[in-house]
Amino acid sequence: MPNAISHDEALKAYHEMLLIRRFEERAAQLYGMGLIAGFCHLYIGQEAVVVGIQSTLKPQDTVITAYRDHGHMLACGMDPKGVMAELTGRSGGYSKGKGGSMHMFSREKNFFGGHGIVGAQVPIGTGLAFAHKYKEDRGVCVAYMGDGAANQGQVYESYNMASLWKLPVIYVIENNHYGMGTSVKRSSAGPNYYGRGQGWDIPGEEINGMDLLEVIKAAKRAVTHARSGKGPYILELDTYRYRGHSMSDPAKYRSKEEVEGVKENRDPIEHFKAYMLKTLKISEDQIKTIEDEVKFVVAEAVEFSKTSPEPEPSELYTDVLKEGENL
Amino acid sequence: MTLISMTVREALRDGMAEEMRRDETVFLMGEEVAEYNGAYKVSQGLLDEFGAKRVVDTPITEHAIAGLGVGTAFGGLRPIVEFMTFNFSMQAMDQIINSAAKTLYMSGGQMGCPIVFRGPNGAASRVGAQHSHCFASLYAHCPGLKVISPYSAGDAKSLLKAAIRDPNPIIFLENELLYGQHFDDVSQDPEHILPIGKALVRREGKDVTLTAFSLMVGKALQAADVLAEQGIEAEVIDLRTIRPLDVETIVQSVMKTNRIVSIEESWPFAGIGSEIAALMMEQAFDYLDSPLLRVTGADVPMPYAANLEHLALPQVETIVEAAKAACYRL
Repeated sequence: MPNAISHDEALKAYHEMLLIRRFEERAAQLYGMGLIAGFCHLYIGQEAVVVGIQSTLKPQDTVITAYRDHGHMLACGMDPKGVMAELTGRSGGYSKGKGGSMHMFSREKNFFGGHGIVGAQVPIGTGLAFAHKYKEDRGVCVAYMGDGAANQGQVYESYNMASLWKLPVIYVIENNHYGMGTSVKRSSAGPNYYGRGQGWDIPGEEINGMDLLEVIKAAKRAVTHARSGKGPYILELDTYRYRGHSMSDPAKYRSKEEVEGVKENRDPIEHFKAYMLKTLKISEDQIKTIEDEVKFVVAEAVEFSKTSPEPEPSELYTDVLKEGENL
Repeated sequence: MTLISMTVREALRDGMAEEMRRDETVFLMGEEVAEYNGAYKVSQGLLDEFGAKRVVDTPITEHAIAGLGVGTAFGGLRPIVEFMTFNFSMQAMDQIINSAAKTLYMSGGQMGCPIVFRGPNGAASRVGAQHSHCFASLYAHCPGLKVISPYSAGDAKSLLKAAIRDPNPIIFLENELLYGQHFDDVSQDPEHILPIGKALVRREGKDVTLTAFSLMVGKALQAADVLAEQGIEAEVIDLRTIRPLDVETIVQSVMKTNRIVSIEESWPFAGIGSEIAALMMEQAFDYLDSPLLRVTGADVPMPYAANLEHLALPQVETIVEAAKAACYRL
């Protein structure tokens, strides 16, 4: 039986997961040094989710998420330099320093943000799917949300329209078990988010989001479903964030043992690394090469984010409105 | 240019239809816009001509309709989102302001959101507090939005066409009481559009400037007739666009008349009149011979009772009184 993932795909996925991990670790450092300010939500622990799902998409597909978005941008192939420089509020950032951690976009990579209002990205993603269908471009939209967003009313308004109109959208619920400091148990009556599309005939499944291969398999099912014109699909990924909700959250609402337990037993990167070594027979040297590459890329991003100049004062009043007509 | 007569309702419909014929990415979505032909029949006939793909009946879920519309705009379409009335846009305000208006800026100019939110705004008749809200000031407060509120049928059509072609999110405030009114100023040229941000002097006068928009333009014009009988020549400015406001036209008028009354049906506090007052202080102070006076709706939720509703809204008499007060002619 062939392996679930090829060598090249595995190396690429490992590279991406590790890039997110190391990028976020350095972002935390820069935050501590005062180079990054405001809200900064780290993705550490959840890497397998976005890397697995993105690996199943095509270039015409669109992606949208909330504010824990650095990992999504990197997995979309956005330049780590531009992402880090946005975090430091510099002109070389994806939004010229005017968006910040929560607001970055890339038309080139079909990444549509980066949204700071919990749940607001879900109808927007549904609209992106509407546009795919309208333009008949065979694209699908992946709309990511957290377990916190999954209780917002507009999510269910979106489910309704997406199913009604058979829109090619995949709702990915990254269940990291805490909406800020409130656990799923305390926020959600009937916490099976994947089943909440039932009323609208939207299929859903729950997947171990710490296992890259499981994520990829499920994502392929979801993408095939959506792309074939059958309408929306819900994936609930059981995952975990190692850090607090944001950099200003000491995460006292959960025990150290709980966090350490996940890190030791379920870490998505270690788990996949073991698979690469054991099943794919990828050598330690090859893995080391990736680790060195990632280290270099992140160091480069950090350097760029420190040296890129702040935006010109004249940028204050640009980009409020688009000039002229588009047509 | 040949101008013909039609109702505001028909003019809006024709404006949409012309733009939909011109550009396949333009589509209309909203509650009852398709099979019902519009709750106020503004989209009459559009489903027949353009089909269900481009004239889309939605469920009654304004929040996600607005968000979905924004997503389609990000995705390369040019949505027209109809609110059955703008009162219901309150449900959608987060998407309008946080998603539509701010994203161009937040993306450093990458994104853009060409979308028109349109529908009747303000008081209609005897529909009570929750269905009589004027949103001009509220939306005009936000950078990243353009806010248009036409009076005549010709303006409604040509400004709506401009709004649909504009690359920015537009709030297009119509008025239910104007829908059935005829105006003989409608261009039949599909390429005729009006510039957004340009006011129109609807009546020239030398004694006092009256600024108004939407339904209140009609009241201001009636008031000007009454004032003329009393020897006061009022200049009536139809603002047409609330944001960006055509300050220059107002200042030019005040330089001539030296007196100004602003008229709007919404509440006084932080209203359009308040903004015009501040702008005149800044830009026309030396030309003012009397303080700007505001004619506004009463500072209360809209009452239902006929007599109270009448009292809550600006009337021709109140405008006349304010104009005379500005001219020290009481």
